[in-house]
Amino acid sequence: MRPFSYTRAETLGDAMAALAANPTARVLAGGTNLIDLMKYDVERPAAIVDINRLPLKEIEELPDGGLRIGALVSNAALAYHPAVTERYPLLASAILAGASPQLRNAATTGGNLLQRTRCYYFYDPSTPCNKREPGSGCGAIGGVNRIHAILGASEHCIATHPSDMCVALAALAAIVEVEGPDGRRDIPFADFHRLPGDHPERDNTMRQGEIITAVRLECNHFARHHSYLKLRDRLSYAFALVSVAAALDVKDGMIVDIRVALGGVAHKPWRDSLAEAEFAGQPATEETFAALADRLLAGAEGQGDNDFKIPMARKAIVRALKQAAAGTPQVQSDKRIR
Amino acid sequence: MDIATAHAQPKTRVALTINGHRHDLEIHPWVTLLDLLRGPMQLNGTKKGCDHGQCGACTVLIDGERINSCLKLAVTLDGTNVTTIEGLGTPDEMHPVQKAFVEHDAYQCGYCTPGQICSAVALLREGYARSREEIREMMSGNLCRCGAYTNIADAIQDVMEQEVKVGMREAAE
Repeated sequence: MRPFSYTRAETLGDAMAALAANPTARVLAGGTNLIDLMKYDVERPAAIVDINRLPLKEIEELPDGGLRIGALVSNAALAYHPAVTERYPLLASAILAGASPQLRNAATTGGNLLQRTRCYYFYDPSTPCNKREPGSGCGAIGGVNRIHAILGASEHCIATHPSDMCVALAALAAIVEVEGPDGRRDIPFADFHRLPGDHPERDNTMRQGEIITAVRLECNHFARHHSYLKLRDRLSYAFALVSVAAALDVKDGMIVDIRVALGGVAHKPWRDSLAEAEFAGQPATEETFAALADRLLAGAEGQGDNDFKIPMARKAIVRALKQAAAGTPQVQSDKRIR
Repeated sequence: MDIATAHAQPKTRVALTINGHRHDLEIHPWVTLLDLLRGPMQLNGTKKGCDHGQCGACTVLIDGERINSCLKLAVTLDGTNVTTIEGLGTPDEMHPVQKAFVEHDAYQCGYCTPGQICSAVALLREGYARSREEIREMMSGNLCRCGAYTNIADAIQDVMEQEVKVGMREAAE
């Protein structure tokens, strides 16, 4: 790891001042991704601003029945919090599908959103990567691309966002609260992460000097009908090839609200709320789910090694929605898919 | 930055309680907890495997919670309690999980064992794992290249069942 200067921020104001003083500084929370990337010489910050002492570790009940999750709440604390297991079980399930207990104890809510891709070329400074070094090219296009994107990729980058938690947050239409030099603002989850386009070096729409302070969840009707289905090369402790966060609000067998977010397939958690809206009022049946899957994957394109992801995603969407409709969500310790 | 320049960089104060002993330290910010333990602290029980949070050999307890010490900068842990394998038990007075690992032959080369044991101690304290299947899932952050997984799960399950028996006896009394 390269040497860097270190600031231990006691308040949000301290942290923002330290970021303003050094625009190349990086914020450190749980460190599970940033420290790893620094060891690989992928991230080379000259300054680190440690925000672990900031009072952002609370999970607050909101008057409208929602929940406000402080940016420093650990993944484990969030997954096992009674309000989450009871009212947002899709989120709890997605978190427990990811990483290991040790990592979930350290990793934070804000950090999970800001983790970088696990593209092998991004991680290897001896290869070209437009995300790591803009303009250097993309090693994955025409290279080894089994884990790469099938939706929303560009000619500059085919990396995927690696989070499980964010896939559930996308399905639940969370709001990201950020604070920076220009004050506070809310970013809808769908607008938080970006597609690579011409600037794959930018993962999200945060502005210079901003810090995530919380993630907000609205009251929802998905606690009974949901499932997080994650498909991967080994059954535990591996990133998703394809994952599906499915949530349904069903009345008399008819869809009131349907949500599908996909992980492992794009530069951001993939969700198409316009497509979902077209399926409201339709029967909650396999035929409907298959039609929605076809609609969501209409623009999917393989890169060669990852062509298998397209039929895999289609089947995973249908299976996850069937699990959700039946009220039998995928269990994350028993890996058998029913 | 060359090594001499790096060494001349300012250090940060940090107070850590390691296995019950308080240490007031001044260290460079890039020193991980793992390197602090194995270097200046001379606590070599905690092992460096991958150094990237993938293998779990460096697992220690911070305020009772298991974490990968290779991914924590020591300066970020000011005021915390760190427990390593050396703080769990001694050869004469082993922790119940250490005893169970010996009884069940839950290792071969032993390199992953301190991390496995720290992780298992935390797993039992967390109380989320109730079945063998859940033990296996919740030990997935600790790899064993010798493949002693069956005996590791046996050892943990044994301690868990003993704890359940003790709990039932205490509840009955």
